[in-house]
Amino acid sequence: MNRIDRCFAELAGRKALIPFITAGDPEPGQTVAMMHALVAGGANVIELGVPFSDPMADGPVIQRASERALAHGVGLRDVLAMVAQFRADDDATPVVLMGYLNPVEAMGYAEFAKAARAAGVDGLLTVDCPPEEAEALSLALHAEQLAPIYLIAPTTPAERLSGIARHARGYVYYVSLKGVTGAANLDVTEVARRVAEIRQHIQLPIGVGFGIRDGQTARQVADVSDAVVIGSRLVQAVEAAAPGEAAATLQTLLRDIRAALDA
Amino acid sequence: MHPYDLPDAQGHFGRYGGVYVAETLMSALDELTREYARYKNDPEFLAEYQNELKHYVGRPSPIYHARRLSEACGGAQIYLKREDLNHTGAHKINNAIGQALLAKRMGKKRVIAETGAGQHGVATATVAARYGMECVVYMGAEDVKRQAPNVFRMKLLGATVVPVESGSKTLKDALNEAMRDWVTNVDSTFYILGTAAGPHPYPMLVRDFVSVIGEESKVQMPEMIGRQPDAVVACVGGGSNAIGMFHPYIPVEGVRLIGVEAGGDGLETGRHAAPLSAGRPGVLHGARSYLMQDANGQIIETHSVSAGLDYPGVGPEHSYLKDIGRAEYVAVTDAEALTAFHDLCRYEGIIPALESSHALAYAAKLAPTLGKDQVILVNLSGRGDKDINTVAGLAGITL
Repeated sequence: MNRIDRCFAELAGRKALIPFITAGDPEPGQTVAMMHALVAGGANVIELGVPFSDPMADGPVIQRASERALAHGVGLRDVLAMVAQFRADDDATPVVLMGYLNPVEAMGYAEFAKAARAAGVDGLLTVDCPPEEAEALSLALHAEQLAPIYLIAPTTPAERLSGIARHARGYVYYVSLKGVTGAANLDVTEVARRVAEIRQHIQLPIGVGFGIRDGQTARQVADVSDAVVIGSRLVQAVEAAAPGEAAATLQTLLRDIRAALDA
Repeated sequence: MHPYDLPDAQGHFGRYGGVYVAETLMSALDELTREYARYKNDPEFLAEYQNELKHYVGRPSPIYHARRLSEACGGAQIYLKREDLNHTGAHKINNAIGQALLAKRMGKKRVIAETGAGQHGVATATVAARYGMECVVYMGAEDVKRQAPNVFRMKLLGATVVPVESGSKTLKDALNEAMRDWVTNVDSTFYILGTAAGPHPYPMLVRDFVSVIGEESKVQMPEMIGRQPDAVVACVGGGSNAIGMFHPYIPVEGVRLIGVEAGGDGLETGRHAAPLSAGRPGVLHGARSYLMQDANGQIIETHSVSAGLDYPGVGPEHSYLKDIGRAEYVAVTDAEALTAFHDLCRYEGIIPALESSHALAYAAKLAPTLGKDQVILVNLSGRGDKDINTVAGLAGITL
């Protein structure tokens, strides 16, 4: 059993908390400490953003994080090295890389999958690779026991869900609103309806993200799903944190959300 | 050349093309594919499109024998397909009208576009005014500065121009921002993509709408010279004017297809915008194609005097035509393009767009290697009025 499946199996009724940060933001030396801080704050899975020069599906907050990381020259191989370093002290918390396809293409699917498994990565979410184009990538990931993680959107028709189910492992990630990352306004009733529909087609835990900003919205979403993904709010806090304070800021912020989820 | 029926149903040209977008856009692209399939052979739709091309754009555009330029180059005869004479001054209007007519049938009241040189932005603003649609154009902040006259034209036409401050502040960043708008407003909005790139079905539908350029040429050349040209030459940024000229000629044996990329300061300097000449395949903006990228798969900033060619990717069909050897791709430098710009002004009384000047520059190199009875047809994709500030600035003149 890989770390993601084990993590969800061991939740015992609790909801998973899945924070996102961009690797290399605000600077590469802090990323591993920030990952440990997220775990200390109550994270169950970490989504680690791989910086990309053209983050088409991200709002300004995560675009800026990507730009800060790229200014330090952080590439996919550097991100893998960070995960390997994290694994030296944490062999349990699943780590999912999230980003765009081209850096993975540039490395080569098979080489990436081998290197990612060796580094201790558990899954990959490529925002711009829908199941229609994912055959070769999925094969390479499955061969190394890496979970392809898929997004499901409010605009995803029910007939696409079975195609996603065929490739997806670990969990699926329901994007709770149309738009880029960091957008506002969450309709919890609509989220509940869609999550129920997704469950009819996909037998994996369902996380919900986009638009979750605090303990209260996290709790509302957790009531109708298996996991809560929180990204832009954390990246914003990293951006605003005093130099050297990013890890501590993340831990405090996440602890409050964890408390709301467990209350 | 065997019959050519690409892309396949999934939008692939061989290994290129496809649909590499966020899940949120998948159903919108499926809808667009379905709607286009429904209308592309619909007599009423086609009649309206043809009528607009004739009475609003002013088609067919003429082909002109550039005699003095040919003589100066010393070799082959150079002919120009005059897309610069279209309403709004470039080939972009052919595509913008086609997509706007689709948008109208799909009930979309708001259109968005990305633009580099501003020609596609102007074309989109124009058709939005023509059909009474709301229009938002995304343009890199750097390009907003370089192409001030076109920015003002778009505003006159009632469009909102949004300067994009992210990344390199050029065409690729404008495309990113247009995609973000579309993800957010996908129900109400039609994205009028300006080049034969992006996710399926755009490379196909843009190609189909601009292929009128090559279709007309195939009729006009035999009328003028009794045969088809020996070579057709077009500039390639995203590649829409080139594919519009090339596509009808793909099955015509004996016609060389030559795409001219922006060589910037020279391919050897790395400061250019020539992915087919000096890049390698990857995935950006919804499709697999040749790209300017570094070893980590990050997109490299491009450099060109021409805002419309200043783009790190290229339409997937060009990547395919390169790999199968049906089309040749070369690059000319900023300096060569500027020389060609001035030559056309002085020899023929035509001010070309800086984009089209790249095609002219290569034709000037090719002509002396060919005989006087051979013929090069250059797609003069746009007029240069929008570029006079840039050209004056390079000469140290402030207008």
